[in-house]
Amino acid sequence: MTTGRPLHLAAEIGGPPRYEPDHYLGLARLAEGGALDYVTLGDSFARPGPDALSVLARIAPATDRIGLVPTVDTTHTEPFHVSSAVATLDWVSRGRAGWSADVSSTEAVARLFGRRPAPPAEALWREAGEAADAGARLWDSWEDDAEIRDTATGRFIDRDKVHHIDFEGEAFSVRGPAIVPRPPQGRPVTVIDGTTAPARAVAARHADVVHVRATTPEQAAAARADVHRLAAAHGRSARELRVLVALAVDLGDAETAPEPGLESGPPLAGHGTYFRGGPVDLAELISQWYRAGAADGFHLTPITPARDLERIVNGTVALLQHRSLFRTFHPGHTLREHLGLARPASRYALARTAGERR
Amino acid sequence: MHLAAHFPGVNSTTVWSDPRSGSQIDFTSFEHLARTAERGKFDFFFLAEGLRLREYDGRVHDLDVVGRPESLTVLNALAAVTDRLGLAATVNATFNEPYELARRFATLDHLSGGRAAWNVVTSSDAFTGENFRRGGFLDRADRYTRAAEFVSTARELWDSWAPDGVPRPFAHHGRHFDVCGEFTVPRSPQGHPVVIQAGDSDEGREFAAGAADVVFTRHGTLEAGRAFWADVKGRLAKYGRDSDDLKIMPGVTVVVADTDAEAQQDAAEIRRLQVSPQNAILALEQVWGRDLSSYDPDGPFPSVDPEPESGFVQGRVRVADPFAVAAKWRALSEEKGLSIRETVIETTTRQSFVGSPQTVAAGLTAFVDGKAADGFILVPHLTPGGLDAFVDRVVPLLQERGAFRSEYTGSTLREHLGLAEPVWKG
Ligand SMILES: Cc1cc2nc3c(=O)[nH]c(=O)nc-3n(C[C@H](O)[C@H](O)[C@H](O)COP(=O)(O)O)c2cc1C
Repeated sequence: MTTGRPLHLAAEIGGPPRYEPDHYLGLARLAEGGALDYVTLGDSFARPGPDALSVLARIAPATDRIGLVPTVDTTHTEPFHVSSAVATLDWVSRGRAGWSADVSSTEAVARLFGRRPAPPAEALWREAGEAADAGARLWDSWEDDAEIRDTATGRFIDRDKVHHIDFEGEAFSVRGPAIVPRPPQGRPVTVIDGTTAPARAVAARHADVVHVRATTPEQAAAARADVHRLAAAHGRSARELRVLVALAVDLGDAETAPEPGLESGPPLAGHGTYFRGGPVDLAELISQWYRAGAADGFHLTPITPARDLERIVNGTVALLQHRSLFRTFHPGHTLREHLGLARPASRYALARTAGERR
Repeated sequence: MHLAAHFPGVNSTTVWSDPRSGSQIDFTSFEHLARTAERGKFDFFFLAEGLRLREYDGRVHDLDVVGRPESLTVLNALAAVTDRLGLAATVNATFNEPYELARRFATLDHLSGGRAAWNVVTSSDAFTGENFRRGGFLDRADRYTRAAEFVSTARELWDSWAPDGVPRPFAHHGRHFDVCGEFTVPRSPQGHPVVIQAGDSDEGREFAAGAADVVFTRHGTLEAGRAFWADVKGRLAKYGRDSDDLKIMPGVTVVVADTDAEAQQDAAEIRRLQVSPQNAILALEQVWGRDLSSYDPDGPFPSVDPEPESGFVQGRVRVADPFAVAAKWRALSEEKGLSIRETVIETTTRQSFVGSPQTVAAGLTAFVDGKAADGFILVPHLTPGGLDAFVDRVVPLLQERGAFRSEYTGSTLREHLGLAEPVWKG
């Protein structure tokens, strides 16, 4: 290992719509075999395919270590339901859940709900930030040791350790506390694609992992520095977040391509810069960018999941492991452990113990 | 006979103080109970829902189990560790939208190979609404009209893909919903996930007769069950439905031991654990509408009268006519010389099947033969082992009598329940 920081790798397992769980399970196990940090499953109400969070819950008991990060809409959903579902994904996966918060800006999606027209992007992202904020408070609303089962007093919980959150946002309010007790990771991992300015602002404030786009290592380093700068304005340190470069990858069927490289097209909108080449070429790119300190890692979207993910794991990842740039097994159990992110304490527990000390 | 398992949780039935009581939230507890139900060839596994922790006098209720995971996510995970068992989630129709729920249930149906069911509940109180965007926006009177339109909208979405696999655009313009576009999940293995209704009012029964495949009821005595069965089944004809199209399944508890006498003893002990001294006082406070914490649960009844108008109880419903209930409880305690706790135990005991395996099997069969039920939703008092004795000792007797299946004959929940696949209405 040439730097002190570990490299992080994640992969998208979505593609053309499939409804058999074994398809997704096969891909997640492949990624798990490569010791990747997590798999993502993209989703949108207008995209054909099953509900992503449900799919990852379906495969959770059949996997062991891989992090599970579904895309979740914050525009047409109830923040209370979203936080319950993500916390439950953390329970059924024993600490491997994340969620990728996203917004829906199209009228087509708004009409599927018929509640309101799609707000402008700025407002949508403010609302997504509120959803992430309310969610984190709900996850904190049960202190870790709230369940006491004290038969002497007949109390199942210590009600002083279960808190109303009284969240008042611009778009909604939530009284709390959560229905779901605090999940294994304390707070499941929040991932946000910070490509656009409003999304990046929310990501810097609320996300644990930020995906950015770049076509050169310099661009990646600049995006990472920008995220860090914005995060610092909210009192967050760079240690609390990871910035991964998003790449859509087409590994074709050669070990190395005649002309490997990054392209701005064909555009796979939403999945980062397009890389075409062989698995070895991809390993070269990851090594170079990573050694240059341009990113904490990469989020790879194989354009043909079954083919490209296999080549990523058995080609690219194997080579990175051979070069001691990437781990060969998961040393921890939870997604936070894979990412080297601390398990946060409940803010209410901190406030209460601070109050008690005073 | 149809059998289902209810995961024990947020209610006073669940005895968390028993040393055998495990986690209410770890996936292993759900897995154990679901696998036990599947070993017993049960029709389905059932999860209840609450969207606000119960409160009492502005504080979170702390005497029963508090907290639970989100149902659909747990059931998708259970689909990975079971093969045939139906998977039923209670999800509120008031604080959700049809497109999203239709998509999540169709997904569960696909991912489980046709085992999904949805128990449609309708709470509309502002207390629950405080966790949601729209707050307590619905009048109580409107909750079933919204629920009925919600279910019919979901069915339009499920029907918008023809069985030939081609989606058609859908449009629903109604009083509660105005939605259009294209549904993104193809027709699922069951066509429509099974719809369950739980609610007892006239509106609830009418909604069940028109729209549900299963009714989950609390009518646990033979007479009440017969009356309910006849009433609900009698409503089916005007919707063009037959008696077999709707299964009536009361929620019941079972205590089984080697002998009837032992089982009766065990049942009495369970009742004492369910009604702890603190819970006895709380039950009283729900009637009296005031703080009675200074009273001795093993002592006599308070001499004060109930508060007529009390904001003391929230999230746990205060009884409708507190004076009548208070008078009844007092009279009972005086007549039999019972303490507060003993009186609460006596008056809140739910009908349950208590006895040797033979007695329990005979009791269940008599209900079905007597047209008081089509089956039962078993509510064990323990997690996760609360179903073990029933499955090991009672199910084989039911199978011997030919009252219950020995093997699954189908793979979908509709097949287990003997329900036809819904006709596609494109
Ligand atoms: C057996 C049974 C189980 C129920 N389970 C739930 C539940 O899990 N969550 C919930 O919010 N409501 C539940 N309900 C409440 C009903 O959906 C309904 O709101 C309530 O019974 C009042 O409706 P009604 O006036 O038609 O009886 C249940 C009701 C019954 C009878």
